[in-house]
Amino acid sequence: MIAAGISGAAGLAVAAKLADRYGLIPPDWGGVWGPGETLTYASQRILTAHHSMAREFKRSDISKVAQVSGDPPRRDPYQMLLRGGFASWRLKVDGLVARPASLSIAELKRLPQASQITEHTCEEGWSYVAEWTGVALSTVMNLVGVLPAAKYAVFFPFDEGWDSVDMADAWHRQTLIVYAMNGEDLPPEHGAPVRMKVPRQLGYKSVKFMSRIMFTDTLKHIGKGLGSSSPEVGYSWYAGI
Amino acid sequence: MADSVYSPAISIRQSDSSTVPRHSAVVRVTHWINTISFIGLVVSGIGILLAHPRFYWGETGGVGGPSLFDLPLPFMLGGPSGWGRYLHLQSAWLSILNGMVYAASGFVSRHFGHGMATSYSVTQRSTYLSVIFVFFPLMIWTGLAMSPAITSVFPFLVDVLGGHQTARTLHFFCAIVLVMFAFVHIAMVWRAGFLKHIGAMIKGEL
Repeated sequence: MIAAGISGAAGLAVAAKLADRYGLIPPDWGGVWGPGETLTYASQRILTAHHSMAREFKRSDISKVAQVSGDPPRRDPYQMLLRGGFASWRLKVDGLVARPASLSIAELKRLPQASQITEHTCEEGWSYVAEWTGVALSTVMNLVGVLPAAKYAVFFPFDEGWDSVDMADAWHRQTLIVYAMNGEDLPPEHGAPVRMKVPRQLGYKSVKFMSRIMFTDTLKHIGKGLGSSSPEVGYSWYAGI
Repeated sequence: MADSVYSPAISIRQSDSSTVPRHSAVVRVTHWINTISFIGLVVSGIGILLAHPRFYWGETGGVGGPSLFDLPLPFMLGGPSGWGRYLHLQSAWLSILNGMVYAASGFVSRHFGHGMATSYSVTQRSTYLSVIFVFFPLMIWTGLAMSPAITSVFPFLVDVLGGHQTARTLHFFCAIVLVMFAFVHIAMVWRAGFLKHIGAMIKGEL
């Protein structure tokens, strides 16, 4: 019985070490929901390891109505930038990168364009299909030279809803920095001037009203150290569900 | 006619039963773990449902578009349902891991074949087997079909059903079937002698 207990604990310790090494432990692994979260994240990271692609749709599948969650920030500097047509807006890209950058809309639009028709799935239960156009995050990551030590891409918006993804989703071909939706400039309610699109996770990972992308090797010192603002208000960090 | 009472999980042959274990240790332990995870799934499922008590058919659906049916509840009753998802997935893992132990031991011990055939009526047996082999797997399938990460690996899971919202609606219908089963199950155990049969599911003996 004691031997079984010791070997069980040793087995768990080895498993935890391996899981951490291969990036299978979510930042909100602690606490009462930790076991379920870790099992979900680890198993889905193993399953999606071949860079599986979120389902894409036909143009005729695009939803006529796209439900909105959350209003644009009411305060400056967002309101000031909105009034100015985002002419002075810049997307800061920094952290563990060789060449930090500050990109305007025009500069983003000069980069190779990426487009996808995917489903936006809200954790509340509703969903819609839309065409998202922008730049692959990986394009910008190559531009700034993300350092090998980076383990997470952190998305900071103009409101409080910051979030982060691991490198598997950051490098993923469908993870976009979006400036247009269904062929038009991204409207304010959908995250103008730029939002993220992470179609293999629930909608809240696709952060709206973007201001800054930061690459880091640890999330411990941002917010409450849970990886994003989502766990701070009760939602799981990993939203592949 | 006491021994013809529909008594789920209990042998209806009551003679000379005091020394024969009614339920193996595996059946007893997995039954109660399943009870805990089922309560967790129902409570958290209601929590998630309250955020958006509308149902759709096909791929997409939301406010401003047509619905299949609306429950007479406001949106976001109970506030953000993040806790619901945490609890739902944790309970689902418990339920699936526990269910795998139950199913594996059931096949090895021939519980589903010989064991059930000798101690349950045809109605009982088909009800149990359909819950275990139809509705429980359907619940897992429709649940996984709502995961954007899982469907990136196995798109057919959702495509076969006809879309994300169809999966969500079927998940809801399946949940209702399972909750109804649980109520009938408890009612029948109550009729057959609640404490005695609860004791049998704890200690193994009637």
